Amino acid sequence: MIYLDNAATTLRKPPQVIDAVVRAMTDMGNAARGAHSGALEAMRTVYNARVKLAKLFGCPRPDHVVFTANATEALNIAISGILRPGDHVITTSCEHNSVLRPLYRMEAERGVELSFVPADAQGRVDYEDFERLMCPNTRAIVCTHASNLTGNILDITRIGEIAHRHGALLIADASQTAGAIPIDMEAMLISVLCFTGHKGLMGPQGVGGLCIRPGVEIAPWKVGGSGIHSYDKQQPAEYPTRLEAGTLNGHGIAGLSAALDFINEVGLDAIEKKEHMLMDRFFQAVSAMEGVTVYGDFTQARRSAIVSLNIRDYDSAAISDELSETYGIATRPGAHCAPRMHQALGTMDQGAVRFSFSWFNTEEDVDAAIQAVQELTVE
Amino acid sequence: MRKKEPALIITFATTAAAMEAESFCLSRQLPGRIIPVPREITAGCGLAWKAPVEAEEQITAELKKAGLLWSAMRVLEV
Repeated sequence: MIYLDNAATTLRKPPQVIDAVVRAMTDMGNAARGAHSGALEAMRTVYNARVKLAKLFGCPRPDHVVFTANATEALNIAISGILRPGDHVITTSCEHNSVLRPLYRMEAERGVELSFVPADAQGRVDYEDFERLMCPNTRAIVCTHASNLTGNILDITRIGEIAHRHGALLIADASQTAGAIPIDMEAMLISVLCFTGHKGLMGPQGVGGLCIRPGVEIAPWKVGGSGIHSYDKQQPAEYPTRLEAGTLNGHGIAGLSAALDFINEVGLDAIEKKEHMLMDRFFQAVSAMEGVTVYGDFTQARRSAIVSLNIRDYDSAAISDELSETYGIATRPGAHCAPRMHQALGTMDQGAVRFSFSWFNTEEDVDAAIQAVQELTVE
Repeated sequence: MRKKEPALIITFATTAAAMEAESFCLSRQLPGRIIPVPREITAGCGLAWKAPVEAEEQITAELKKAGLLWSAMRVLEV
């Protein structure tokens, strides 16, 4: 199989990630439960992963790196833990349902008012809209760093500056960029960064998290076993324990930690450059084909390694199935959990076929995909 | 059971803080190791740094210099 569905999850992982998970499942106890060698091994592993993530994302404090099951859980924790009745939130049409649905729930349950920065037919936003939509009660801007459908990057630094100037928080969804595009919470003025570990970070599924700028208060979404302060009726107030009730996915975190070592060895710049090269090779070829419509802004110098397209008026599901069955190429058709983005692109009925590239893809993979698309355009 | 002897016991608010302190102490070759918090101390995260009593001044100074926080520091028979 030629795997080009890396925006859903990276299927190929560095071998040391698999080794680390196996080792963890052999040696590790429960982090923060006891002080025997197995528990300490788990605690050290988890702590070291926090340190590496804090460094990667420019989070000032490792103890403000909180582990969750995935980005969706991180976003739910951030959104439900920050927003209060009467708050106003600005978000965008580029968002995944992992942002939209928690916000819709806040709208329904807490009376939170939502405003949307629209996207144009190429998935671009106008940054003046963030400024225009600001209200005295705007509590936060919640937005993605890159669209999971078009791959367009949003200028988080510019959005962070607007949020900061108006006294609002910036909750950023880095699902498509963590491990693939540089992120610096301090420079970008990000209040809460939500990430997943199994996409660009190349770790196992089941680990994500949020990095919290010191001073940002998030009420716990779940409470329970913390391994500490067991006689208190309330969840401990200190991060990360405040938001980490229950046993962590220590085995997955061990894998993620090994993946972070791999990324540091290879270098984030090298990863970004290679993925961009593969994406651009594919884009240049398919965008010149008659009958192919490519979505997104490819004038951006920096973007997520995603190319979404349609061939004539064919159902995207049928194209993706043909790519899989006839050519052994894995892609993602349909709506990609991004309803407003498809609305903006005018692809709600047809969906789109998403090709997404990773460090482990090759030019041969790309050329095979180009050849397959070419053949499908003439059938 | 081992014979009880006086030791310096330092507790921390979270396990992350305890791990940070352990990592720091090991990197500076400060004496001690992580143990479960003795029942005499109720503050803290369940983990404590146990060190020789005579190391108190050195450890305190180093932790303060690095800006690392602890919940409680006591000498106990453990």
